[in-house]
Amino acid sequence: MINKDLVIIGGGPAGMSAAIAAYESGISDILIIERDSHLGGILQQCIHNGFGLHKFKEELTGPEYAYKLECKVNELNIPHILDTMVLEVSPEKVVTATNEKDGIFKIQAKAVILAMGCRERSKGALNIAGERPAGIYSAGTAQKFVNMKGYLPGKKVVILGSGDIGLIMARRMTLEGAKVEAVCELMPYSGGLARNIEQCLNDFNIPLKLSHTVVEIEGKERVTGVKIAKVDENRCPIPETIEYIPCDTLLLSVGLIPENELSKDAGVALSRITSGAVVDQNRQTSVEGIFACGNVLHVHDLADFVSDEAEIAGIAAAEYIRGNISNETEINLKTDGKVRYTVPQKITAYTDTTVYFRVSDVFRNVKVVVKNGDKVLFEKKKQKVAPGEMETVKITKDMLENVNELKIGLEVL
Amino acid sequence: MIRNMTCIVCPMGCTLEVTLDENGKFVSVAGNTCKRGEVYANNECTNPVRTLTSSVRCDNGEMLSVKTSEAVPKEKLFECMEEINKIIAKTPVTAGDCILKNICNTNVDVIATRSI
Amino acid sequence: MYDVAVIGGGVTGGMIARKLSEYNLKTVILEKENDVVMGATKANSAIVHAGFDAKEGSLKAKLNVKGSEMMEQVASELGVKYKRNGSLVIGYNDEDVKTLNELFERGTKNGVRDLKLLTASEVKEIEPAISDTVVAALYAPTGAIICPYELAIAAIGNAMDNGVSLKRNFEVKSIEEKDFHYEIKSETETVEAEYVVNAAGLYADEIAKMAGKGDFKIHPRRGEYMLLDKECGSLVSHTVFVTPSKLGKGILVSPTVDGNLLLGPTAVEMTDKEDKQTHSEGFKSITEQAKNMVENIPFNKVITSFCGLRSVGDTGDFIIEEKNNFVNVAGIESPGLSASPAIAEYVFDLLKEAGLSCKKNENYNPYRKPAHAFREMSLEEKNEYIKKNPKYGRIICRCETVTEGEILEAIRSNPGATDVDGVKRRTRSGMGRCQGGFCSTYVVELLSEELGISYLDVTKSGGKSYLNVEKIK
Repeated sequence: MINKDLVIIGGGPAGMSAAIAAYESGISDILIIERDSHLGGILQQCIHNGFGLHKFKEELTGPEYAYKLECKVNELNIPHILDTMVLEVSPEKVVTATNEKDGIFKIQAKAVILAMGCRERSKGALNIAGERPAGIYSAGTAQKFVNMKGYLPGKKVVILGSGDIGLIMARRMTLEGAKVEAVCELMPYSGGLARNIEQCLNDFNIPLKLSHTVVEIEGKERVTGVKIAKVDENRCPIPETIEYIPCDTLLLSVGLIPENELSKDAGVALSRITSGAVVDQNRQTSVEGIFACGNVLHVHDLADFVSDEAEIAGIAAAEYIRGNISNETEINLKTDGKVRYTVPQKITAYTDTTVYFRVSDVFRNVKVVVKNGDKVLFEKKKQKVAPGEMETVKITKDMLENVNELKIGLEVL
Repeated sequence: MIRNMTCIVCPMGCTLEVTLDENGKFVSVAGNTCKRGEVYANNECTNPVRTLTSSVRCDNGEMLSVKTSEAVPKEKLFECMEEINKIIAKTPVTAGDCILKNICNTNVDVIATRSI
Repeated sequence: MYDVAVIGGGVTGGMIARKLSEYNLKTVILEKENDVVMGATKANSAIVHAGFDAKEGSLKAKLNVKGSEMMEQVASELGVKYKRNGSLVIGYNDEDVKTLNELFERGTKNGVRDLKLLTASEVKEIEPAISDTVVAALYAPTGAIICPYELAIAAIGNAMDNGVSLKRNFEVKSIEEKDFHYEIKSETETVEAEYVVNAAGLYADEIAKMAGKGDFKIHPRRGEYMLLDKECGSLVSHTVFVTPSKLGKGILVSPTVDGNLLLGPTAVEMTDKEDKQTHSEGFKSITEQAKNMVENIPFNKVITSFCGLRSVGDTGDFIIEEKNNFVNVAGIESPGLSASPAIAEYVFDLLKEAGLSCKKNENYNPYRKPAHAFREMSLEEKNEYIKKNPKYGRIICRCETVTEGEILEAIRSNPGATDVDGVKRRTRSGMGRCQGGFCSTYVVELLSEELGISYLDVTKSGGKSYLNVEKIK
């Protein structure tokens, strides 16, 4: 068995950022394992711009963002293997992986960082009635066909789901010669960024149908059309509103799910809300020495935030390897429902911590409130919060004194 | 006259309220959180531009992601796409290399966004 | 000139063809689709029934019990996963208990071994997830699960390895009886055969009519299913049925042999033989029934839903008859899968009686390399294998851990996959929780390279089911 200080699973923005941070914290015996033939993960197929404004202070495309990190990884000579799939991570931090050259091999790591990213929710999860013809793709699969293979998977397109990938694909397909008939969104608001609705839909006069869903798919060999309908407040389709749209393609952009199969094997406790690991401020999971960051932990809006989080995990893993991490306390971060989840979910040291959170609905004129019991420790006003946009609140060291639990919530003004 | 728009400069996506004079000329903007929002609003009312990203095939068959080095006029997007889809890029390519100069007479180049 | 033409590449046709390949015969399978197993074989309950359901003395009863007894051996020869997990028919009230007793009696008369009536607490003991409302159950330890298309593909593959030919996209348009043979025509091709086996599933009535060998009717009965993630496959260990009643046969909740949980089927009489649409009412009905049967089914873990069409005959029994060297094998609805190995023997006997000359094929090999051979190897064996065949080191489908080597094997070995769904059925690539989101672009590429066809010509499932419509760069 090979021994390594730190094994990082996934060479996307999270994995590379974590590796760089760990290296810069003094750990050089690192191995990044990437399943694709190049570093960058899913960023390689996200050829649109809008990346890096926070981190690099310039607007980059996905591949450029990846390239910047890759250059750094190469400059620091951080070891990485490509075309290699991790099959298993054990609670003892033995990582089993496979590739064509080495076959199946095992590595004993002192610390592991999970950075596997996420996958798209599939059609099956939606139970859309009808046939199962060709022409139904997740937005990411279509993105891969168009951007990485140079083929157009369809000419007349309906998109279900207005998350950012769906919006981006509406524009990509349009620019590449397809006609996007409509983007349907089950919720009364879009899950995507406002700028993407503007530049991906409005620029091309693509209608965004809020509170709409696809109720039936038609076509035997290839999709020939879909039936869409408006939904009521319980998200149930209203039969009288059914409308038929002829099309040859249905793209699904109905959510991302952290890819945590390996984490489960490792015995990592997962949150039912994020589908990612439960972590502390170091992004350490319930299994000591196993850290998680990026979209495998919770789905982020921006690669920049992924990198920030990965740096925290990278530095913490380095400290862990040196034996410098100990739990001084355990303060659970609770939410009030309006705040749907926080990351981290707990704080284990008396230190300043930026807590990321997502809300459950669109709220206007609210206060973000941090409470210890009934005592308000911190509050800040926000004009608008929405599920599609991650928010932050800073928990300072002084708020943690003599506290077992903090509650983070919203108060509508 | 008032025109509402969403700023696309950064992920914040500020809602802008732009005041135009009777000739449709930009007067002022409200709702922006930074200076770039004002520049965007002004541009959007006079000469809207967009950065175009796409991919081109390389001589080795692989696909190369590309973008315009600067934003191009919005109404030229499809014209630019036609040009981009004709390109066969020579390998090796390094991110940042110019793949096509002055696309559709916009004085903007098409550049590679990754290395192959 | 062929000795025998088998019309239909489902589990029935496949098993018959394999049986014929034991002899020195020139046999051809004629399949109208781009792949075999595209009819009822592709979408059914994946159950090897013990045999207590069919009426005593019927062909169904006789062939079910015999087929069920043969299945384990057949599956092992063909390298197909088979698990004798036992089945439970659960009852909620006195009426049901009465029916369970009748089923017990009938099963025993049919020759089903080891049937047992269980009390509520006995049921709970062997199947804790069963609903508390259950009062009794019939337990059939010989009930089993198997993947029907894996079985049929393996049977056809084995038949082909033993010399049988397969013609795909051969939709029979006419059958003419000549003096000593039959002339079977598709739009583009003619096949001559001395004997014909009509195993055309839903279309068996039309084929029989075409040849002037029967005027029975087959109609489709829709069955919708929901398939849950592998996380849920151990919720129950037995196949759980409800007691059939005036309201219908009800659904089953069962683990699949691949570790998923299967719910269904609905039963809706249909007329259109090509309408495989699923319906939201179907999902609703399945969900409601399943909830009553088994506690805590996580319905949010559904990864796909599908619809199969049963071939229902008008006699209530299988229709298997020989008329002048033409054998109808029709109305093979449930328990057709369970009966298939016995049907093959029965049909073979009919052919022999009709005069088919049968000399043993000295080279006949009943064994087929399991499609899942690689995944069952030990770590050391896998590494030896990867050293010789590096493609087995590269994972293409991460949800189901399918390697490139296994996909190439599925394309190259009999009957080779020629479309994306074909690869999926043979390897499970794309069958996991992401439903091909990640692997499908790779599979398209492999098919295009292996078959020497353009990327644009790769289909999901033959015909015009193209995955890409234009090369844009």
